[in-house]
Amino acid sequence: MRRKKEKLTAGMFLIYAALILWSLTTIYPLIWILQNSFKDRKQILSNSFSLPLGDMFTLANYEKALNKFNILTAYRNSLAVSCSVCIAVIILAGLAAYALVRYRFPGCGLIQSLVVGAMMFPAFSTIIPVFRMEHAWGLAGTNEVPTALLACILPQIAGNLAFAIVVLSGYMKGLPVELEESAYMEGARAGQIFFRIIMPLTKPSFATVGIFSFLWSYNDLFTQSFFLRLPKQRSITFLLNEISGKQGTDYGLMAAAVSLIVIPLLLVYVCLQKYIIRGMTAGAIKG
Amino acid sequence: MNSQPNIYKNKKPVFFFLAPAMLFLAVYLFYPFFQNLLNSFQAIKSLGTSAKGWNDPLYKNYAEMFQDKYMITALKNTLIMIAVTLIFQVGIALILALMTDNIRHGAKFFRIVYFFPIVVSATALGLMFNLIFLYDKGMINQLLESLGKAGLTDWKDEAHAIVTMMIPVTWQYVGFYFIILITGLNNISDELYESAAIDGATGWQRVRYISLPLLHNVICTVSVLAVTGALKVFDLPWVMFPKGMPLGKTWLTGTYMYYYCFDAADVDYSSAISVLIVVLGVVLSKVVNRIFREKDI
Repeated sequence: MRRKKEKLTAGMFLIYAALILWSLTTIYPLIWILQNSFKDRKQILSNSFSLPLGDMFTLANYEKALNKFNILTAYRNSLAVSCSVCIAVIILAGLAAYALVRYRFPGCGLIQSLVVGAMMFPAFSTIIPVFRMEHAWGLAGTNEVPTALLACILPQIAGNLAFAIVVLSGYMKGLPVELEESAYMEGARAGQIFFRIIMPLTKPSFATVGIFSFLWSYNDLFTQSFFLRLPKQRSITFLLNEISGKQGTDYGLMAAAVSLIVIPLLLVYVCLQKYIIRGMTAGAIKG
Repeated sequence: MNSQPNIYKNKKPVFFFLAPAMLFLAVYLFYPFFQNLLNSFQAIKSLGTSAKGWNDPLYKNYAEMFQDKYMITALKNTLIMIAVTLIFQVGIALILALMTDNIRHGAKFFRIVYFFPIVVSATALGLMFNLIFLYDKGMINQLLESLGKAGLTDWKDEAHAIVTMMIPVTWQYVGFYFIILITGLNNISDELYESAAIDGATGWQRVRYISLPLLHNVICTVSVLAVTGALKVFDLPWVMFPKGMPLGKTWLTGTYMYYYCFDAADVDYSSAISVLIVVLGVVLSKVVNRIFREKDI
């Protein structure tokens, strides 16, 4: 890259050693968990560092996880919640960011500072009234699965909106206004301009916002544990927490459960990491 | 944007664009926030029931908080957590970012893998660390044994619990701040470094006199994020040390608030704790900003 030519000096060697050491702390625990999910309890406790080869290899943990707990239902619930949150955030935040960036109107500044302020509210400070409000509406605390999921989706959308609006408007500000003007000359209406011109041009930023809303919703144990309390309503993250509470000593099962939730996410991340990292930094620095 | 193009003279669409998002924010963030403030002065037993009236005296919950020995532990732990995040999380992230900025090969690889712990849910990480720190031969105890250490260490007993809780929380978010810092470093123009190299600056001098001063604002942003983030920590400690285990030593403000809401059925006290969390967040981020601004002059 840039800078002067790199020579293999002692200093450089130390730098690489330190960087590699830290990367081991982020990679090796995951590998350790994965390899132990294929072993039985006795092997985990005696030699957890060897690869599960030969006699050691077993799929019993995964069978148990799939049979004993309703992991597939939990996956379905999690995906339903997180996909809805992701889509709703993209559309609502996209429209709002467009209006805030392109139109000048009375109260514009006020709304902008309200949005930035909304990023500061931790879920702790709003969750109880939200639960009570939704309980009064008949959404939260019912036995139905769809209403419970909806009760969880709505506050998560609100929680992700402010961040999304800030990131998206940061990106939209950089778009040239000329394209929109010429579309307008040809008779396009505001709605058409948004969906035909703005949305395609803002695609990278939408990808970031979508991925982050999805991840945060999927991993958000706090909100989920308020709204998805019945067994059939459980999300995958909440179910995991349950498993650890009830089967805390079945280490093989825990390793399998952790692998089941972590591996799909990591695969998605590695495929999409370009968008995640690029977009997040834009948002974080401006925010 | 002084001269507004014709296309945006017609303001009617603004309402349709903004209304849905603002409605969400109003109903799910702003209204509950103020409601929460009111709740903290009322008497509410459980989540589904309505308030039984105002507390007597009105500030009862807030007075109680400072008498409550677990609340004081929680506050103390949270403050330690904030200090640890500032020093180690931001510190390690900064060192790693500066190092990565100076290497030629593999920068992209490090960027990807350092971010792993943020992608993975904190619940899964909590379970993973439960296995790693397991008393009865988890990863650490097995490793120590193979290195010749006699006897097992209980990493979750009273003496070790706090450290065992802080390490994973600190470790998890280093990657997040690393990415922000490395972007900041990439925005520093190459010419500065080149002219410094011509003047014969050593690697350390370049870091000291170019990278660090120009990174000042980014470090400030990162520190504010780290402080507010530390106040919000919930998932990892809750999975590893449920209910303040052992003996209420590991309470944090977030986990304590959750406990009062569900297990102790004292919603108004829980609301009061969450008000305290917000107040602390606002005050501390102001303090961090102030510290960094003074350095600027």
